[in-house]
Amino acid sequence: MSGPSTYNPSTGIEKWLDERLPIIRLGYDSFVDFPTPRNLNYWWTFGGILAIFLMIQIVSGIVLAMHYVAHEDYAFESVQRITRDVPFGWLIQSMHANGASFFFVAVYLHMFRGLYYGSYKAPREILWILGVVIYLLMMATGFMGYVLPWGQMSYWGAMVITNLIGALPFVGEAIREWLWGGFSVGQATLNRFFSLHYLLPFVIAAVVGLHIWALHVPGNGNPVGLEVKSKKDTLPFHPYYTVKDGFAIIVYLMIFAVFVFFMPNVLGHADNFIPADPLVTPAHIVPEWYYLPFYAILRAIDFGIGPIDAKLGGVLAMFGAIGILFVLPWLDTSKVRSMRYRPLTRWFFIFFVVAALGLGWCGAKNPDDFVLGIEGFKFIYLAKFLTAYYFGYFIVILPVLGIIEKPKERPASIEAAVLGTDKA
Amino acid sequence: MTEENGAPGADGQEPSRRDFIYIAAGGVAAVGGGLVAWPFIDQMNPAADTLALGSIRVDVSTVAVGSEITVMWRGGPVFIRHRTEAEIAEARAVELGALPDEEARNDNLPAGTPGTDANRVLRPEFLIVKGNCTHLGCVPLGLAANTGDYDGWYCPCHGSHYDTSARIRRGPAPENLPVPDYYFETETTVKIGLSPEEADNSGWAVS
Amino acid sequence: MKMTRIFAAAIAALGFAGSAAALEGDQHAPHEHHWHHDGPFGTYDTSAVQRGYQIYQEVCASCHSMDLMRFRNLGQQGGPFASDMFPNPNDNPIVMQIAASYTRVWDQDEVNDDGDPVERAGLPSDTFPAPFANQQMARASNGGAYPPDLSLIVKARTGGENYIYSLLTGYEDAPEDSHLAAGQYYNPYFAGGAIAMAPPLAEGIIEYADGTEATVEQMAEDVTTFLSWAGDPHMEKRKQLGVMVLIYLLIFAILVYLAYRQVWANVKH
Repeated sequence: MSGPSTYNPSTGIEKWLDERLPIIRLGYDSFVDFPTPRNLNYWWTFGGILAIFLMIQIVSGIVLAMHYVAHEDYAFESVQRITRDVPFGWLIQSMHANGASFFFVAVYLHMFRGLYYGSYKAPREILWILGVVIYLLMMATGFMGYVLPWGQMSYWGAMVITNLIGALPFVGEAIREWLWGGFSVGQATLNRFFSLHYLLPFVIAAVVGLHIWALHVPGNGNPVGLEVKSKKDTLPFHPYYTVKDGFAIIVYLMIFAVFVFFMPNVLGHADNFIPADPLVTPAHIVPEWYYLPFYAILRAIDFGIGPIDAKLGGVLAMFGAIGILFVLPWLDTSKVRSMRYRPLTRWFFIFFVVAALGLGWCGAKNPDDFVLGIEGFKFIYLAKFLTAYYFGYFIVILPVLGIIEKPKERPASIEAAVLGTDKA
Repeated sequence: MTEENGAPGADGQEPSRRDFIYIAAGGVAAVGGGLVAWPFIDQMNPAADTLALGSIRVDVSTVAVGSEITVMWRGGPVFIRHRTEAEIAEARAVELGALPDEEARNDNLPAGTPGTDANRVLRPEFLIVKGNCTHLGCVPLGLAANTGDYDGWYCPCHGSHYDTSARIRRGPAPENLPVPDYYFETETTVKIGLSPEEADNSGWAVS
Repeated sequence: MKMTRIFAAAIAALGFAGSAAALEGDQHAPHEHHWHHDGPFGTYDTSAVQRGYQIYQEVCASCHSMDLMRFRNLGQQGGPFASDMFPNPNDNPIVMQIAASYTRVWDQDEVNDDGDPVERAGLPSDTFPAPFANQQMARASNGGAYPPDLSLIVKARTGGENYIYSLLTGYEDAPEDSHLAAGQYYNPYFAGGAIAMAPPLAEGIIEYADGTEATVEQMAEDVTTFLSWAGDPHMEKRKQLGVMVLIYLLIFAILVYLAYRQVWANVKH
């Protein structure tokens, strides 16, 4: 942690405990007196929101596991029983299903915050990489969780995603069969997905611990992207940011409540209210909304390159889209963190956000449909273009612009930026 | 730069309007935390489908005099014995003082009702009791295997003997086998397991 | 430019993406129908649910199962025959009477002392009787088509209530160029247009217990309302609790915002 501890045990018991297990000191230094830049805006509240949602998901998930039956003959019915017969089961099930979506909304906003304000740059590379690890674990957890209700989308989603693995050369088939525990998605698959879906959130919680640790070594970034230089640049985390985070959390929970209570199934899919049927595939399979951009990238690669056929190419592109985030800290060559002072890059970033959302749109559509009904302009073309931009942003735009761009003048310090004595 | 003054209670003065807001916000948070816990606790209570099976109807017309059946109710056995005149007489002849447990242990009657045979049956010919030994929950043996020294039931686990009114007479069991809530819907149908609204003690004569 | 504004711009740029998903081929989009249970305060029209149950019983149930429904559901809080006198639906006399009106083998595992399945009158805890023992039998009796289970049908179809209502009222004479196989009917609201279900509703096929005139539209609306309730029986409780939760969160948000202003009052940031 930065600076010496300021914790003073005030009672005998605290003092006794502090000499043996300084856990109160750890909490005090991390969440009470932790020096935090004074200029954090509301984009910095998503970390707290994410912590709350991890808790909501774990608690509601443990409760659901008390009633859920991981068997292909009973899984669907057991979920229905939860919503119909278990006291408050309808509420807890709705919280868990919508909670996953809200978790992802928050994580995407948190990531865009990091991309915009350059939170991934030195000395916070490990912090960023741990974040990408958490994101990957969330994707895996969310995917397996969606399989558990064993509806049509659950089943066919599992089928499509596990078949991606089969695209890997040489070992793909073997790994797929190993994942399935059979010759198809079935009982064995469901049971192991349930086990892993229960396990992974605790792994996420552990990595979140590392993530916070890695945050507390260099301290928070901030909107102007300057490091903390003096005590005047910071405020103690409590009460300044506890109350600010608290307010943001409550507002976010209000939006969450609107979904949980008034439109619990809007983010789901009608086909998942039909029990899984291995003999009938739904008209078109779409993953949960939070995977749609990657699904679009997967489908955008419909051509082979040399020894790589279209199927493998799609899989590589899809995983590459996430994998590239790991090396982002070294792709961005600019010394300036915040896009506030990067006039050119900012526009490319805006288009990157549009591209990411656009890929999500493509992922939800049939690739051969026409965009906005424009004859000949198929979604697949749009998806290809946006995919190219997605990768181009990381591989070409960021490295090149970092060198050629002339950043705007930056304030001398956080304090100066706040007080406006040194306006950029 | 007077940021220190912004912190709650930093100036150590009397509670003011400012402190009121902190107290109110904290109070509302505490109330909310308490309320949100309830669904997560309540969900562990029996679900509606489980409650729906909380009562059963049993046709006793097929239980011949001098025989007994065991039915499944709320996950455990219930004994229904169609007693002979001799068994009824034997149960009624017992003095209360001779019983290790003098209470009726009858869910249809208030606690503390004396454990006479009349207080344990609605109709003397049908004895209906829950079938788990009051010692540690084993299922006592009955007419088919071993009725014990008192012609009722015998628990093989630790040797408890029950009489023809299913009262404990000897052995480690502390209480008589309990009588569940029930009533005769018709001459031959008994409903076991009643909701509080249905509970009707009028048929039970306390003596 | 603030990041907030960037997001607003990005989302506005994609605003057009929100246009309704086009249905495949010539399938008609279901028409918008007003439902009593629409909106954040909408409740089920209990008499419509009751009439709808009558239609299910007398018309739909001969082909369609409702495997998730138990008779007791009819008497539970929010159900069509709920009664304050019988908070426990298993004791509700209407429910008991409906259940007892069916006699059959309810459960192959429920056997007598000879090991044969027991045939008995229904109990409130029993499932709505299924017309066919299994999917194969259902197909064999319906020219190869499988009449889907109706427990969740409103949730399991894109368009929900409006789709079901449109389908039930939307049968038409087949256009010249349609290719209907034997036993198929033309319904433009159904994907592909060729549906194996004969038009189930016709003027006056049933006589409502409450004397309502049994027009096709009335019956379609009633049975759809019943099916909505069956798919989402706790909707009313859900909405009521939701309103209270939102009021609570609003008060909480205001208090915390005031606290936030207080804490930051003297700090420039």
